[in-house]
Amino acid sequence: MKLYEYSAAELSEMLMTGKCSSAEIAYDVSERIKEAEPAVGAYITLNDSMLRDAELIDNARNRGGLPHPLSGIPIAVKDNISTAGIRTTCASRMLSSYIPPYDAHAVDCLHRAGSIVTGKTNMDEFAMGSATDTSFFHTTHNPIDTAYSAGGSSGGSAAAVCAGEAILALGSDTGGSVRQPASFCGIVGFKPAYGAVSRRGLIAFAPSLEQIGVMGKTVRDAELLYQLISENDPMDPMMRTCSCKHSSSLRIGVPKELFDSTIVSDECREASFSALRLLETDGAVLTEISVPKLRYAANIYYVISSAEASSELARYDGVRYGHRSQNAAGLESMYVKSRTEGFGDEVKRRIMLGTFVLSEGSREAYYLRALAAMRELRHELDAVFDSCDIIAAPTYPRPPFSANEAQSATDKYSADICTVPANLAGLPALSVPCGKAKNGLPVGIQLMSPAGAEQRLFAAAKKYEELCGGFAQFRGGSGYAV
Amino acid sequence: MQFDTYIGLEVHAELKTRSKIFCICPNKFGSPANTNVCPVCMGFPGARPMLNRQVVLYGVRAGLALDCDIAEFSRMDRKNYFYPDLPKAYQISQAEIPLCSNGHLDILVENQLRRIGIERIHIEEDAGKLVHDNGPDTLIDFNRCGVPLIEVVTRPDMRSSAEAHEFLETLKSVLQFIDVSDCRMEEGSIRCDVNVSLCPAGSSQLGTRVEMKNINSFSSALRAIEYETARQDTLLSAGGIIHQETRKWDDSRGESFVMRTKENVADYRFFPEPDLAAIHITDDIINNERAYIPELPTAKLLRYTTKFGIPHSEASIIAFDAEKAGMFDEAVNCGRCSPRSICNWIIGDITKYLNDSGVGIPDTGITPESLADLGEAVESKVISSSAAKTVLMELLTKGGSVGEIIRRLDLAQNSDTEYITSLVEEIISANQRSVEDYRNGKTNALGYLVGQCMRRSAGKADPVEVKRLLNIKLNNQEDK
Repeated sequence: MKLYEYSAAELSEMLMTGKCSSAEIAYDVSERIKEAEPAVGAYITLNDSMLRDAELIDNARNRGGLPHPLSGIPIAVKDNISTAGIRTTCASRMLSSYIPPYDAHAVDCLHRAGSIVTGKTNMDEFAMGSATDTSFFHTTHNPIDTAYSAGGSSGGSAAAVCAGEAILALGSDTGGSVRQPASFCGIVGFKPAYGAVSRRGLIAFAPSLEQIGVMGKTVRDAELLYQLISENDPMDPMMRTCSCKHSSSLRIGVPKELFDSTIVSDECREASFSALRLLETDGAVLTEISVPKLRYAANIYYVISSAEASSELARYDGVRYGHRSQNAAGLESMYVKSRTEGFGDEVKRRIMLGTFVLSEGSREAYYLRALAAMRELRHELDAVFDSCDIIAAPTYPRPPFSANEAQSATDKYSADICTVPANLAGLPALSVPCGKAKNGLPVGIQLMSPAGAEQRLFAAAKKYEELCGGFAQFRGGSGYAV
Repeated sequence: MQFDTYIGLEVHAELKTRSKIFCICPNKFGSPANTNVCPVCMGFPGARPMLNRQVVLYGVRAGLALDCDIAEFSRMDRKNYFYPDLPKAYQISQAEIPLCSNGHLDILVENQLRRIGIERIHIEEDAGKLVHDNGPDTLIDFNRCGVPLIEVVTRPDMRSSAEAHEFLETLKSVLQFIDVSDCRMEEGSIRCDVNVSLCPAGSSQLGTRVEMKNINSFSSALRAIEYETARQDTLLSAGGIIHQETRKWDDSRGESFVMRTKENVADYRFFPEPDLAAIHITDDIINNERAYIPELPTAKLLRYTTKFGIPHSEASIIAFDAEKAGMFDEAVNCGRCSPRSICNWIIGDITKYLNDSGVGIPDTGITPESLADLGEAVESKVISSSAAKTVLMELLTKGGSVGEIIRRLDLAQNSDTEYITSLVEEIISANQRSVEDYRNGKTNALGYLVGQCMRRSAGKADPVEVKRLLNIKLNNQEDK
């Protein structure tokens, strides 16, 4: 068995007991990258010094340092998370040569723990998309079957973990961008509660919704990485610690709006139910709940996230960094041409949409209404958590689709209905594999809890992982998956 | 046709915090270009702001000084527009819910109190500076990005350029008194935009408002208002109509030009800043900040003119200057001499010294106590007024106590009759020609003789006594 096939927890144990070295793990992972990358395309930029970094970690361990469980573990970083000295492109032509002057706080946490950064993973441009096919560089393919999409926008991170091109990965989740690709690739994806992980250095497109998230092959792996990056950062004023009392029973709310057969495919609904029934046999109590505003979640999400994106991406004007058009004459022309050339179609679509919903005359009808509806959704979810500990839903309403499948923007947008509620309400949400679709690709189930009650999610997901016999079965072992 | 003029002002003042509003870069003027910058104030990808608490506190203090309501909860908003000096392409400001609203500032115009309404005060970040003097290229200095500002928006309550000017001077000194801004015009740390509208005299309906930007000094505000008032007057008198527009003031040409008309008014697409939490102002904060607010300039001016009888023009020199007013009030409180003589010292020799040497009162050696001692020494005739100037220079340059300086420099005034009699006799006998002149009716010869006595005594003889005894001596001899 190659070292890249193990979980981070297993490797950590092996490192501590001297059964392998960080350099050996890094070597196996780098060889695996060479092997799988041509067909998968998980990365945009590789860390050239990965092997040397691993040797340094081994030296430090031999001197008695680095007690952290993730020291020496290769971790992939999504290319919208700033890495000092390593280009961070957001998969956009606009930033294709941008090298950040500072590390994101999460990356800083990795460095301090002695984790190894494998490289920067592919994504949808500026994290806008759900198939990692709006990248300026290339499309990422699903390692389980490369004819299929790895999902998105953190498709590169999910594919890297699935294929063994990294042991763990950081992604970002604005509306499902960690959970959906995790479900496509048969791995675990966790979006922390808003404010639980510092956003410093995350090149967000919708900062009120976006969080850095974690991906791993097991629940324990995701939890380990989450614990590492959720360290308090005094430089992110939105960081907050919430705590909820622990509950010994497990009451799972099943919102009928997210199991509606007009929205969710039979395969996905059935896979989720089979996972829930398994938990039920272990004593969990299932309750059907109703959260009426969930029906509008995708609509609310696309108004608010696009509004923020139109403002957030305005800084890419060619003045200080990033793409500057060589064909411009004068200031206005430099702005227009740099942005026209630097951004792809999906980014432009959302900038235009966001500019429209904030403009005089449409602000009331769209932006302010969406804000009000978001507040109502939050209230409804708050109320629901009086009667249940966690909420379960399919991660995505349909099985993984083929790579390069043509879909209309509105079809893609409305398929985010299951994942965006956690972002709109700032809730922690965890996706785990729960079955295989007819096309042989995995589908996922998603668990959400109130902020501060992450432990409920990890506990329930571990229980399910144990009951179902592990998630490797959903990755199938075909293609490049491990 | 006669018109009434209504003037409103939007004043931006930079706050004197140590660091910038959203990052820890120093808030410092005059550094080499692009040295006080970081990923946050340069708008780098992924950089997030942190709100400097002191900015909020200074904003609250300014609001309290201007009798505003302080919002218990307010928030920051994004104002979106493209400009090369604005690195994020949005300014973090306050739109819907400002920190302070609904206040006023009293000003004194021709000895009448006028109350000018304050619509709102909000906090926001400053932008960078474009530098055009480098050949064909425009360079950008981002040092000023993120310097904290308050924007004070008045109601259109001023009726003349003189009132507007008085408002600006009063506001500037209020902000200096409460120690939130240096208001250094030459550093651009206080700037203003002007709104002018005219309506038929006596009409209650305000006319169309025209805004003027690019005003870099209070005196150019004055000129811009006068220009705009005249422009609108001419237009309206000729039966024309005023268009709602924004004009750019060109101070060197003394004219304004249309910048934006109502049709292409900028849509800033304001929305709540997602990176910052709501601002919560507690009663504790308000009480703390209130304690920093001293008696304000207009109240001082009123007190100086009515209670002490000091003329407005002189009193305002002291009342609008925090350092001078502090010196004056404390010296008066010593109760050792008349406020009038302290006022004279401050607006006379002390101000001249400060202007000549370019320093402030705290940089000199004088204290309110020593100034009061000096006034007392003159009023009780311990020293002459000419000796007092010598003492003052000692105090300003070296400090020390008045008594010690008088002793050390031997400046005590001598009023002893015997001494002055002998001094007068000596001068009379040495200046017989002047004595003849005086007796022949040239009365100004007396002044010359007094001067000779003072000179002979090295300034220590009491000049009043010298004059009295000279008179007696000269007239007595005539009698003989």
